[in-house]
Amino acid sequence: MVTLRRILALAAALSLCRAAPAQVALGDPFPALPSAGLSGSLPDTSGKVVLVDFWASWCAPCKASFPAYSRIQADYAAKGLVIVAVSVDDSPAAFAAFVTKMRPGFATVHDGSHKLVAQVQVPTMPTSYLIDRTGKVRFMHAGFRGSETEREIRKELDQLLAAGGSP
Amino acid sequence: MTARYRFALAVAAASLLGGGCATQQSAVRVRPWERSVLADEMMDPGRDPLGGAMLEHVYFSREASSGGRGVGGSGCGCN
Repeated sequence: MVTLRRILALAAALSLCRAAPAQVALGDPFPALPSAGLSGSLPDTSGKVVLVDFWASWCAPCKASFPAYSRIQADYAAKGLVIVAVSVDDSPAAFAAFVTKMRPGFATVHDGSHKLVAQVQVPTMPTSYLIDRTGKVRFMHAGFRGSETEREIRKELDQLLAAGGSP
Repeated sequence: MTARYRFALAVAAASLLGGGCATQQSAVRVRPWERSVLADEMMDPGRDPLGGAMLEHVYFSREASSGGRGVGGSGCGCN
């Protein structure tokens, strides 16, 4: 009887525990950035195609991706693209030092509490999401593989921005 | 095994599959955005070649475990 009670107690404890949230997948609405508790100034993303990139100062591919995203932002901003790079650094100082050094041509914000990244459940670092004008995730890139990833993103942007809507 | 034990085991299994597994996985798994400490150079065991060579010598000559760090063949613990 004691063993039976133990088994039932274990089952009850496990069932009370909260399961990990699911990853944001293609077709899902992306969480609202203004209510995500990010520090830093968010650009106006209403009605725009948005590329949200999760990065960290300790992540080498993230560093390699910044010049590419600067080029993409410069080429597509007039057509209606906004890039928001979300840092998941623990330290605000590490975030600020990285931004000062890299001087990106797009918006950078800090998710110090990991609230947004935990909600999105990124599969790896870096991960970027291409969000259409209605706020749904249309493309996702786990990792950054140099010119190959940049070429893919440009192709996807051409497709998304051609889909219509005012920039 | 009585029917009550079978029922209890079934409930426990259902809990594990339904939510417990995910919870346990998330409790032990270091998520991609939490790896800043792991990415530190201090966490690289091969960052100091001299220290590595000394450690290799200790394993070889004192611990009788030559080959335990990727060297082929068996070790006698000599030297």
